[in-house]
Amino acid sequence: MTRTRTHFDNELNQLNIELIDMGTLVEIAIDKAIHALNEKDVELAQEAIEFDDKIDRQERKIEQHCIKLLMNQQPVARDLRMISCILKIITDLERIGDHASDISELTKRIAKEDSNFEFPYFERMAKICVKMVTDAVDAFVTSNLELCQSVIAMDDQVDALFNEAKESIINSLQGKSNQSDLYVDALMIVKYFERIGDHAVNIAEWVIFSITGTHKDIRIV
Amino acid sequence: MNDKYQITDLNLFYGDFQALTDVNMNIKENQITAFIGPSGCGKSTLLKTLNRMNDLIDGCHITGKVLLDGVDIYDNYDVNLLRKNVGMVFQKPNPFPMSIYDNIAYGPRTHGIRKKALLDDIVEESLHKAAIWDEVKDRLKRNALSVSGGQQQRICIARALAVGPEVLLMDEPTSALDPISTNKIEDLILDLKKYYTIVIVTHNMQQATRISDATAFFLLGEIIEFDSTSSLFSMPKDKRTEDYITGRFG
Repeated sequence: MTRTRTHFDNELNQLNIELIDMGTLVEIAIDKAIHALNEKDVELAQEAIEFDDKIDRQERKIEQHCIKLLMNQQPVARDLRMISCILKIITDLERIGDHASDISELTKRIAKEDSNFEFPYFERMAKICVKMVTDAVDAFVTSNLELCQSVIAMDDQVDALFNEAKESIINSLQGKSNQSDLYVDALMIVKYFERIGDHAVNIAEWVIFSITGTHKDIRIV
Repeated sequence: MNDKYQITDLNLFYGDFQALTDVNMNIKENQITAFIGPSGCGKSTLLKTLNRMNDLIDGCHITGKVLLDGVDIYDNYDVNLLRKNVGMVFQKPNPFPMSIYDNIAYGPRTHGIRKKALLDDIVEESLHKAAIWDEVKDRLKRNALSVSGGQQQRICIARALAVGPEVLLMDEPTSALDPISTNKIEDLILDLKKYYTIVIVTHNMQQATRISDATAFFLLGEIIEFDSTSSLFSMPKDKRTEDYITGRFG
């Protein structure tokens, strides 16, 4: 028996690298959005918004690469699972990029309204969300089932923080009606963080599919 | 779904050479079962075992059981009846050098059917089932070798169907055909599974995924993995299966 399909293996390695690159771009986007939010830095927020184009371009590049491989190589088994998984993952990564951009749009409004506005839940949720996204991409790269499960488990913390944040905002709105716009923006920001957590969970679930062939405990094919 | 074949502890030798080792598998009725594996792995040998075509090879020796509908075909089974019940289609279309009509009527005639009207009905029905009636109905008296390769292969399928088999064995039936003829034969095979149990040997993995319900992967005379086609091609259990179907080793 001789080893074959070297060209296809190289293409799959390249696809992996492209996905890691997209993961890195998304991490940079979140990082910029969080820093801009913490510092009320309008310029950095604008940078984060514009950075989203890079993520969209990378998504399109990977999408084209996957479709080309499906057409040319007609993959089965682990190759098919990997390529389908990547096609799903990039959609979630792209949505995370959108949310980083959405957070930055709101940051610009908040900075304009009150550059001293503070809301502690931003940092707490951001910290967990960044870890979830980083770990989800790492789990794909290293085919690590445990890491996937840990990402999925972390989502409970994000959801709990979101509920706490929502309560806190309701209380604040009742007490300080003059800052109602700011608190509504804050509510949207924490909701975006909560959604980022959900997308990281989606990624982890598709990585599990790539490794085991089952998605949310259901055998897909 | 019932088991059409039950194969137990089957070992097959060509002289001193062991071509099949401890084969155990059940083949379901009205399903398409695909045999895949590298050349020389034993898949065609097992196919030929299902209608005792290996009897024709000197030095071929078999142990174990091959039950067809619960009856051992290697234990006092009427071989003529077996070949009538289990038809075979080969890699290269091999129509007899005679008219299309006579090709199809050949089997029924050898089984004693002489009435012209009945033979006409059998020929038409068989050609219909093989999805070639419309293409040849006006030239039944023409030599079967005068039509295209894809049409010849469907004529061979019609010829196999004419004797009323229950099982159809196909040994790489499309490997000598162009893509359009291949598609026609694949469509035909899918239609035929309503009436027949089909076992197909194929080197074309995409063909196995497109048409078969179950797939067996062979290596060096052993069945490494036998599972539903969707499971075997999405989540194979054995690394050797995975390496073969993903084309990493061959």
